[in-house]
Amino acid sequence: MGSIVSLIAVIVLILIAYTGVKAANLHFLFGVVIPYAAVTVFLTGFIYRILKWASVPVPFRIPTTCGQQKSLPWIKQNKIENPSSPFWVVVRMALEVLVFRSLFRNLKTQLTDGSRLVYGEAKWLWLAGLAFHWSLLIVLIRHSRFIFDPVPSFLHILEQFDGFLQIGVPVLFVTGVVLLVSVTYLLIRRFFIPIVRYISLPADYFPLFLIIAIAITGIEMRYFTKTHIVGVKELVMGLLTFNPKTPEGIGWIFYVHIFLVSALFIYFPFSKLMHMGGVFMSPTRNMVNNSRVKRHVNPWNYPVDVHTYEDYENDFREKMKSAGIPVEKE
Amino acid sequence: MAKFTAKPNELSKIDYTPPKTHWLETPVEIREHMFCHAAKPKDLETVGFPYGREWRPNDEDWKLPENWKTIIFEGMRSLLKKYRSFQVFMDICVRCGACADKCHFFLGSGDPKNMPVLRAELLRSVYRGNFTLAGKILKKLAGARKLTANVLKEWWYYFYQCTECRRCSVFCPYGIDQAEITMMGRELTNMLGLQIGWIAGPVANCYMKGNHLGLEPHTITSSMEFFLDDIETITGIKIEPTFNRKGAEILFVTPSGDLFANPGTYTAMGYLMLFHELGLDYTWSTYASEGGNFGFFTTNDMAKRLNSKIYAEAKRLGVKWILGGECGHMWRVVHQYMDTWNGPADFLEEPVSPITGTRFDNARATKMVHIAEFTADLIKNSKLKFDLSRNDHLNVTFHDSCNTSRGMGLLEEPRYVLKSVCNNFYEMPEDTIREKTFCCGSGAGLNASENMELRMRGGFPRANAAKYVHEKYGVNMCAAVCAIDRVALSTSFEYWVPGVAVCGLHELVGNALVMTGEKERTQDLRLEPLPGKEVAE
Repeated sequence: MGSIVSLIAVIVLILIAYTGVKAANLHFLFGVVIPYAAVTVFLTGFIYRILKWASVPVPFRIPTTCGQQKSLPWIKQNKIENPSSPFWVVVRMALEVLVFRSLFRNLKTQLTDGSRLVYGEAKWLWLAGLAFHWSLLIVLIRHSRFIFDPVPSFLHILEQFDGFLQIGVPVLFVTGVVLLVSVTYLLIRRFFIPIVRYISLPADYFPLFLIIAIAITGIEMRYFTKTHIVGVKELVMGLLTFNPKTPEGIGWIFYVHIFLVSALFIYFPFSKLMHMGGVFMSPTRNMVNNSRVKRHVNPWNYPVDVHTYEDYENDFREKMKSAGIPVEKE
Repeated sequence: MAKFTAKPNELSKIDYTPPKTHWLETPVEIREHMFCHAAKPKDLETVGFPYGREWRPNDEDWKLPENWKTIIFEGMRSLLKKYRSFQVFMDICVRCGACADKCHFFLGSGDPKNMPVLRAELLRSVYRGNFTLAGKILKKLAGARKLTANVLKEWWYYFYQCTECRRCSVFCPYGIDQAEITMMGRELTNMLGLQIGWIAGPVANCYMKGNHLGLEPHTITSSMEFFLDDIETITGIKIEPTFNRKGAEILFVTPSGDLFANPGTYTAMGYLMLFHELGLDYTWSTYASEGGNFGFFTTNDMAKRLNSKIYAEAKRLGVKWILGGECGHMWRVVHQYMDTWNGPADFLEEPVSPITGTRFDNARATKMVHIAEFTADLIKNSKLKFDLSRNDHLNVTFHDSCNTSRGMGLLEEPRYVLKSVCNNFYEMPEDTIREKTFCCGSGAGLNASENMELRMRGGFPRANAAKYVHEKYGVNMCAAVCAIDRVALSTSFEYWVPGVAVCGLHELVGNALVMTGEKERTQDLRLEPLPGKEVAE
């Protein structure tokens, strides 16, 4: 149900761009106005969300410790999984962000023989997630050839690696394929793994369909219709220099592509896609486990009512005396 | 209420297939044996919690205050402003499902709302509907829903089916910790007087009398007499501990459960024997006679109020530092909360072991040392003599307590101690120990009797791992550094894997410890014959 709604939403987006450009000739709207709006919404929204999170205090030091603490000198500490200094927190976070360390731990738990739980490897989600995020990043970096003139050398090197298979003309970029395959896996697992299907919301399907559509239109332009690259570069440079123009000869697919990307940018700050920023702000991962070494201060700590020793002794003085327990007041 | 009678082979038939209806369209069914009784009004009044009243969870009408929705929304708003964890965890979950089969309650019940992700979504859906733009505009499409009495009941039912064990948090790519969300959920239910009796009772007791069990000062000393008599029977040594003694070097704080109920009492005997043998200058306190903190399962303020006694008493008695006994959530609180709440403990000194001279640098601000750290240091420095054969009748495994593993990282210290005091030690399967350990199934205040099905279901994964080593290596004893474990696992193992008993670390220390001037021992701390000494009886 959620998947159908999301699929329809993406199809509607495609139709809007198609008719807008093809039938109504709104090239300027789709090529200039909406991309500008999208980038504005993305940047302000993203920054707003980060600032909002950052403005909320972290009252307690609550790292989830996933390894041996630092205690006695002869006991080997697990510095990465239970960091006791900021440096090792950076290492922990780097592993988390760059190689999805926690997801790598994933297990599949199954009930066998009617009553025995067994734990098996479960690395597909980790692999697909990692492949998806990294290829998306590289594809994004590759797109920067549209905003640099001349194209910087690092991009040539990146493209060489990415095109190492040397298939076809233009050369096939591996990341494009990996992106499409991995994002498709992430979608398919939502259909076929019953519990994942059960927890999935439209908000989970929508970005997947959207990214698939973006990838397909991109691949289509590069390898099949061979879009008017010079014109596209002119358009993008125009946007960047605030001297927008919509050159002739760019096909409608490009406008659909850039409209879908705009939709993704606009959707981003309002959605779970904010995990991109949130992963850095999770107190269970980004804190040092040194709460017994260094006092953590809670900015909103306030006094509370307590039952003092005096109250207690008043309640039990006679009983304490008869049990031979020392008291303050005889 | 009918007694819980389901057999283990019935209960272990678990179906993980989700129901046909979507969770947003599946109303909560409050099932017998899966929940705890409501709090008694007088217990709530004792500590000043609002809306104490007579109500029953399976009643249609929960007698909620008229403006309950406002209370909840205001409460959520306030918590979102106080806890970054809460705000971030409401926003960034991508529902990847990695946490789903990590929860002992889900693995034991198959109820999809016990998947950490869905348990969080119960709250998140209301958050989205009322606190996010997307949720306000897109409503159900954004996974938002309205707060209704049924939603509140669902929260209550499932937030009291979470033991705040943090296992899900280990596997989450963003470290989302269901314990945090459950804690917020419980703060909210508490604003409406929807506390459970098994938590509210101990909280009221602890506030007024200093410990969860409500042991009054003279009862503490007299129940200690029983242990001292038993120790004398076993070793021939008469121990005389002190209470509320000013000027002692060390204040010892441990969960009160160990003073009252088997098998925790044997652990308390172990402490007494160890401290006596060391000639430690220490004192017990009847005012700070609780290491555990059931307040932690209600609200942050209540937890802080109960915890305040430890530092207050250390200050009053003028001790140098504090030694803490074996307890799980106590150590989550001591390690991650105490100093922030009630510190700085600048009236204490940096802990130094008077026996070995070791400075406990890792506790230099909080000034509280875990007894496993203390004892491991003693053993490393060869300050203790052990006769390991006295534990030879035991094939021992070790259960890592959730809180000391995932909220502290105390993994090797207890293992080092165990291996030093017994010959036969076997680990449970790798994916069920250390940071991946399973909850006993009864933590976070859920070890009542009326929710026995819940407890047995939640205890299933742990017991299952114990069963594995029981069958493979003949394990007949499971050590744990947690008072709730000692009680809860005993019940759970009796149900799932009869033949495995439960003990504390320091019970085994006490068994093996060779004491100066002791007679030849023929019995262990349970007064059962030692291996090879049966004939001598």
